[in-house]
Amino acid sequence: MSVLIFVEIDNGTIKKTSQEAIAYGAQVAQMLNASTTVLALGQADEAALATAGNFGATKVLHDANDKLTQENSLAYAHVLVQAAQQEGSKVIVLAKSGLGDAVAARAAAKLQASVVSNITDLPEISEGTFKVKRSIYTGKAFATVEVQSEIKVLAIRKNAIEPEPTDELATVEPFSPSLRDSDFVATITQVEKASSNLSLTDADIIVSGGRGMKGPENWGPLEELAKALGAATGCSKPVSDLDWRPHHEHIGQTGIKVAPNLYIACGISGAIQHLAGVNGSKYIVVINKDPEAPFFKAADYGIVGDIFEILPRLTKAVEASR
Amino acid sequence: MKILVCITNVPDTTAKITFTDNNTKFNKAGISYIIGPYDDYALARAVELKESNGATVTVLNVGEADGDPQIRKALAIGADDAIRVNAEPTDSYFVAVQIAHIAKENGYDLILMGRESLDFNSGVVHGLVGEMLGIPSYSPVMKLDIDGTTAKLAREIDGGKEYLEAPLPLVLGCQEPIAEWKIPNMRGIMTARTKPLNVVEPVEVASMTNLESYSLPAPKGECKMIPAEEAESLITLLRKEARVL
Repeated sequence: MSVLIFVEIDNGTIKKTSQEAIAYGAQVAQMLNASTTVLALGQADEAALATAGNFGATKVLHDANDKLTQENSLAYAHVLVQAAQQEGSKVIVLAKSGLGDAVAARAAAKLQASVVSNITDLPEISEGTFKVKRSIYTGKAFATVEVQSEIKVLAIRKNAIEPEPTDELATVEPFSPSLRDSDFVATITQVEKASSNLSLTDADIIVSGGRGMKGPENWGPLEELAKALGAATGCSKPVSDLDWRPHHEHIGQTGIKVAPNLYIACGISGAIQHLAGVNGSKYIVVINKDPEAPFFKAADYGIVGDIFEILPRLTKAVEASR
Repeated sequence: MKILVCITNVPDTTAKITFTDNNTKFNKAGISYIIGPYDDYALARAVELKESNGATVTVLNVGEADGDPQIRKALAIGADDAIRVNAEPTDSYFVAVQIAHIAKENGYDLILMGRESLDFNSGVVHGLVGEMLGIPSYSPVMKLDIDGTTAKLAREIDGGKEYLEAPLPLVLGCQEPIAEWKIPNMRGIMTARTKPLNVVEPVEVASMTNLESYSLPAPKGECKMIPAEEAESLITLLRKEARVL
C-alpha cells in the first residue's frame, strides 16, 4: 500500500504547495508504514520530478501525454483513480486549490471515498481511527473530523506542514493510464495569465494594498517593495470592486484565501471579511495612517504612518540588508 | 432550459463564531443567516439567464426548516420553485448525493452553486455532483453565457483566467463577477409566498466522516508597534525575530 500524492506542475516543475503535499503524504505514509508515490501529469522536466524525493517520495508516476498538460480536472481524476488502484492507495493527498479541490472531489466520487478539504495539520492515527483538523468558517474556527471511509482523499492547506527537504531523489516511472474522450469535451478558447508569475496561493510573502492607497496610479511603491521581497501582490475587496486592481488579486472571505509566511497590509483597515482571507498567515504586518484601524488587533507588527513615505524606505532597507 | 441553483444557509459574513455543548455544536444564538454569498451570485446569473434565454429556475437547499426564509428570499429574487431536502447537511459527500439524486430525478441542463459554502469552505460539492452525474464540472466560474446547448464560460485559474466552451449539461461553481447580487422587490416578495416549496426526505448515505469537535484559533499576541520614524527596523525584526525574510 502506498500513500498517493497528486502534484500540480507549473512551468515543468512541481509547485511549492504540491511539495508540501508530498511532505505531508510522506509523513502520513510513515505513520501507516506505507510507501510514498507521486502522480505527475503532462509535460514536465524529469529531473525536476525526481526532486519529489527531497520531500520524501520514493516513486513518481509520470504520464507525459501532452493532452494532460492543460489543466483538466476530469481527466486528472480519471488518471488519479487508476494510479490509486495500481498502487493500492487508501490515502490520497493533494494541495488545496481550485484544481486540487476539483480533482479531489471527482476522484472521491469515483472511489466512494470521503474528501476532506482545508486540512491544517498532520492526522492523528490510532487504533484504526483517522482524525484530521481542518479550517472552517473561513479560518475563524477549526473542526476535528474522524474520517471513516476506507479510502480517504485529503486536500491540505498551505503551511499544513513545514517540509525539511533532503538530497534524496525519487525514481521517475512512465505511467500510461487510459484516457476517455468524454473527459475532453471542453474547448479552451483563451487563457489570460497575469504578467507576474508569482501566484498568491503559492507565495511566501504577500504585499497587499487597500483603499488607503488612494488610487491605482499609486501602486508603484507597493510593487517595488514586493519586488525587493520577492513577494506577490494582493488587494482588498473595495480595491478590486473599484477596478484599481484585477479581480484575481482580491484577498478575503469572498476572494482568495492566503496563508503566506508574511503578509504586509498597506492601507487596509481590516474588515472581518478581509481578515478571514489572511488569518492563516504566519506573520502579519499592518501599515496604516489610522491608529484605530482594526487590522492592528490581528497584526504582529504595526506602523502608524503615511504609506507613501514608509514603503520606499522599507524597500531601501530590504535592498540594503542583502 | 432547466436550471437548478443549489443554495446554502450560512451565518452572515460578519458573524462571530462560537460553539456550545463542549465544543461539539455551533452556537446559533444571535447569528443571522443568509444565502451563501457565492450561491447568491449563481442565483442572480440563473435569473438573468431566465430573462435572456428563457428558462425555469429551481432552487435546492439541503438543510433544516430554519433555512426556509432564505429559500423564500431566493424565490422572491426570481426562482420559480424550490426543493428542500429535509436533513442536516453533515458533510460534502452527503450533500452531493442529495443534489445528484434530485438532479437525476428531474434532469437539469445547468446546475449552479457557489464555488464553496461560507461555513465549511470545502469547495468540493460541484465536483462530487458532476462526477456522480457523469457530467463535467467547472469552478470558480466568473462569466457564463449560454448559446443553444453550449456554455461559454470564464473561470479563474492560478494567477489568471481561462475561457472555455463546453456542452450542456454542466455543474458550475460560481463567484463574482458572474452577476450582480439581486435584491428582491415587493412584487417578488409577494409572489414568493405562493411559489411551491417542496420538502422531501433525504436518500440514505453511508457515513463518511464524523465531526468530533470544534476549536477556535489561539488568540493573537500583542501587536508590536514600530514608530514611523524607525520604519526600517521592521525589516530587521522580520529577519531576526520572526525569521521570515
